[in-house]
Amino acid sequence: MKNLVAFPILLLVLVLQSAVASRLTLLSGFADLLLLFLAGLSLHKNAHMAWHWGIIGGLGMGFISGAPLWSILAGYLGVVGLARLVQRRVWESPLLAMFLVTFAGTLLVHGSTFIGLWLSGTAMPVEATFSLVTLPSLFINMILAVPAYTLVRDLANWLFYVERMI
Amino acid sequence: MREPPSNSLQTTILVLVITGILALALGGYFGPISNVAGGALVSAQAWFSTRFVAVQEFLTVPRDVASLRQENAQLRAEISGLQTQIIELQQQVAETQSLAALVAFSRANPESTYKAATVIGRDPSPFLQYIIIDVGANDGIRRGMPVVTNQGLVGRVDAVIGSAARVQLITDPASAVNVRLQNAETDAMLLGSVSGDVSLDMISQDVTVQPGDVVVTSGLGGGYPADLLVGQVLNVRKREADLFQQATLQPVVDFNRLNIVLVIVNFRPVDISPLIPSLTP
Repeated sequence: MKNLVAFPILLLVLVLQSAVASRLTLLSGFADLLLLFLAGLSLHKNAHMAWHWGIIGGLGMGFISGAPLWSILAGYLGVVGLARLVQRRVWESPLLAMFLVTFAGTLLVHGSTFIGLWLSGTAMPVEATFSLVTLPSLFINMILAVPAYTLVRDLANWLFYVERMI
Repeated sequence: MREPPSNSLQTTILVLVITGILALALGGYFGPISNVAGGALVSAQAWFSTRFVAVQEFLTVPRDVASLRQENAQLRAEISGLQTQIIELQQQVAETQSLAALVAFSRANPESTYKAATVIGRDPSPFLQYIIIDVGANDGIRRGMPVVTNQGLVGRVDAVIGSAARVQLITDPASAVNVRLQNAETDAMLLGSVSGDVSLDMISQDVTVQPGDVVVTSGLGGGYPADLLVGQVLNVRKREADLFQQATLQPVVDFNRLNIVLVIVNFRPVDISPLIPSLTP
């Protein structure tokens, strides 16, 4: 039942992304709040339901954005998968894992979106796109990775708390 | 033993001594002595007075500081309240000015019917240049309708839901608008880019394009109405080896400060795709 809270929380994240984060640009890039949220959430050791959050968030983002839905969904599910993978490997240093997932996840989401737009007929120069959009976005996401992880960790602890019988 | 003098004798002696002292004082015989004694007395009083005032200030100043701090906090709260009011009023003034400009624009262009909309968001993907407005299908908005401000062309409606719509800006990398250079009297293609800059392409090599030339929509293709102001030519790139000239454009609309826009609701875009011959046999 706790997972029902995904809808209002992800809705809030999407609204903040569209209304606030998208306007605070560095060159042509800006922060990806959904990516940071999903990365922080999925790094919790019991976050088996993170895939559901990824699907809901990806669908919501795809609904708002003009980019192809499948490319956005694939990008955010990739972030969740990456976070789950990293969580098993470097679970002893969560901040390092958050940085790793944020870095690789940003490249993954941008790569996925770029391919989706390219396949739908939108021609964009790779070099300019990388320097004007991806690098600034990466920079902002890395800066926000630690505060985002701190905020999301408490929520994840509440959501994915598991009682154990002794 | 000698008997002590009687009270009346003592009183008489005392009166005589005082009278004598007063007589000597009135006669000016005590001047130097009284000067020295008075000076010492004044000095002593000044010393005590200074110390007393210092002690009094020491005891009373903390109370004043506390009251001053309270008053300062009240004034600060009042200032912040007034500043908030100023900001709200400035926003109202700016909004009123924008609306007044939009009303003036709609009056100056009575051939179109407009629906005003507030920009409530931007596309969450940094690759795309879209805005989200707060009017949708319930307000008569349909896909393909042009969006303008009092300054010029903004874009066109790309997707619509009941109470909101997504608008593709002319700066979007997937945007292509048929335009006309007024001075050169030639057509061109306006293209967006991932950085939000716009450029002109497909300009014939035969025409002369100058920086500052005004660019308006041509209406070709049926996607936009004709004669909507787009911007001015910034610089031209003409190379003999190329088929067409290219130019960069300065849009008249500041796309970073879009707050209120107008949707032209009586324009129906024409879909000419069935008329375009297919490449496959």
